Amino acid sequence: MTQVFTQAVFIGILTSAIRLATPYLFAAVGESFAQTSGVVNLGVDGIMLVGAFAAFYITLITGNLWLAVLAAALVGLLMGLLMSFISVTLKAEQGISGIGLYMFGLGLSSLLFKVLVGSVQTVAGFDTIKIPVLGDIPVIGEIFFQNSLPVYAAFLLVPLAWWFLDKTTWGLKIKSVGQNPAAADSLGVNVDQVRYFCVCLGAVLAGLAGASLSIALVNLFQENLTAGMGFIAVALVYFGGWKPSGILVGALLFSTVNAIQLWMQVLGVKIPSDLAIMLPYLLTIAALVAVTNRIRQPAALNKPFERGEN
Amino acid sequence: MPPESNSAVSKSQNRFAIDWNNLLFQAAMPVLAMLSAFLIGAVVLLLLKVNPLTAYAAIFADVFGSVSGFTQSLVKATPLLLVGLGICIAFRASVINIGAEGQIILGAIGATSWALIFRDWPAWLLLPTTLLASFLAGAVWGFIPGILKARFRVNEILSTVMLNAIAVQLMNMLIRGPLIDQAGVTAGTYLAQSERLPEAAWLPRLLTQSQLNIGSIIAVVLAFLVYLFLWRTTIGFRIRAVGLNPDASRYAGINVAFYQALSLTLAGGLAGLAGAVEVLGIHHRLLDGITSGYGFSGIVAALFGGLHPLGLIPAAWLFGSLLVGADKMQRAVQVPSALIDMLLGLVVLFVVGSSYLSKRWSIQRAIKTAKVEVEAKG
Repeated sequence: MTQVFTQAVFIGILTSAIRLATPYLFAAVGESFAQTSGVVNLGVDGIMLVGAFAAFYITLITGNLWLAVLAAALVGLLMGLLMSFISVTLKAEQGISGIGLYMFGLGLSSLLFKVLVGSVQTVAGFDTIKIPVLGDIPVIGEIFFQNSLPVYAAFLLVPLAWWFLDKTTWGLKIKSVGQNPAAADSLGVNVDQVRYFCVCLGAVLAGLAGASLSIALVNLFQENLTAGMGFIAVALVYFGGWKPSGILVGALLFSTVNAIQLWMQVLGVKIPSDLAIMLPYLLTIAALVAVTNRIRQPAALNKPFERGEN
Repeated sequence: MPPESNSAVSKSQNRFAIDWNNLLFQAAMPVLAMLSAFLIGAVVLLLLKVNPLTAYAAIFADVFGSVSGFTQSLVKATPLLLVGLGICIAFRASVINIGAEGQIILGAIGATSWALIFRDWPAWLLLPTTLLASFLAGAVWGFIPGILKARFRVNEILSTVMLNAIAVQLMNMLIRGPLIDQAGVTAGTYLAQSERLPEAAWLPRLLTQSQLNIGSIIAVVLAFLVYLFLWRTTIGFRIRAVGLNPDASRYAGINVAFYQALSLTLAGGLAGLAGAVEVLGIHHRLLDGITSGYGFSGIVAALFGGLHPLGLIPAAWLFGSLLVGADKMQRAVQVPSALIDMLLGLVVLFVVGSSYLSKRWSIQRAIKTAKVEVEAKG
């Protein structure tokens, strides 16, 4: 067996972990906005798929990455509007409408891919940018400061989301709507408007999460590219206790396990690959068991709001 | 939403009168949802420069135009019905079971392993026990999220999604390892599938030249049994009570967590049977992609059937037909069958969206009736 515990492997695992955390961060931070306002959007995976395809396709035909990012955000927004209309205006059971949105996104992205592209091909995605000075630090520079733009953006999103939710009036409004919509309503907060905003913001970020996958991490699109990443992102929100910092910890933990799993396969460590792929999902369940009893979720989570009903 | 709550007001006047208006309305909503989905699908197809009429004609031509298409739709309706029955039971206890994909896989694994281990048993013994094994294996996969919800309050949607992914890997591991077809190994192809099951474990076919098997009859019988279970037994009553009002049920001394876990376990068992029907009735072995996505399309059928075991029978057949039609469409006019996945998603969105409208509608009607009564008494 090759030597497993070397510095190169260590750096490799951590570098992969940082990169792999990117789509989870975008999607989970986005989902935390929706959930903080009281709406569980289970359709994240479907939005990611449509976003990933849009970004991939625009890159394929124009080569313009910024146009691709814009397209991913836009289709995310449209999916968000659809989800808000069904879940907020029509007050549908959120678990089911999310699954509907997921199936819609999965089917739509596969349909578009098969008709417009046909076969798996790669595109030129975002290049890695080495940050001056910091990028030259041995080990640390290699792991943290030699990444592509979407990776940096995902990590910047965490403090930004924290600031927005904890330090602005808007954040306070969002929290009040998620905790006690009736009280917020009586104080003149437009509950539906806030929820529309949060679901749509989350959906835009989910679209970007998909784009980060298709034009920055793997630079290709195939049917069901995300393979359930969106659902794991939803689980990360619970795991992180609806806090951006908690989500960061969860995403890194998750991506590190994933990176170790990938590297073990690369290095030919003798464990069945099926078992290794199972590992992150088992970890997610274990994490959910560990946290759900001690963290208080937004009181109005998963509850549609209707005036005069409470 | 449970349909009977909508008609509660009119029922209070005369318990046995059928409210035809309401029934019509209840039936019209899913049909409208379906039409809207197809309409949006048509727009997407037009944008892709595909003629929607050709595509849709291809879907329906075969199912309603040929005997083989019709029997094939019944074949596809069977797992949808079984999965949907489980979804119904769980939903009645207000538990959302997204885990049918994994439960189907476990049922298929259970059936395959049992039939291979006891391959020498006669058919009258092997077949029923194999079906039971698949039910139990699926039930275990439903019990896990059930107990996690009951004991640790883990959201069942998330745990079932994770368990789906785990089940897929479990199956991959088995059909590439312990259960792999030795014929493939000697031939050097290493096909990821189990060996062919003994004929004694096959579900008898109903027609020659068709995959239609006795599993379809079992599924329909089970639909009636599930109906009786939910509406004519104490356990069924408690499951529905838990779903309608968990707080009131708790005050009435019903163990809410227990009945939710039980409903998930039963849902898992029924999905497991769907896995057995696929293995024992159609493929006669375990192979990759055994679920064909029935775990998700079963949810659509269940919603469309009004979450009622008997409403599910026509709903399962309808969606079975659509799935058959989608395959035919892909082959005949080269429109990818992913179109159907998209349409199913839209149907779900519109059905859950419209339940709010129908609730509002029946409340307004109740107010109107009450006003008329008050005026009449005047």
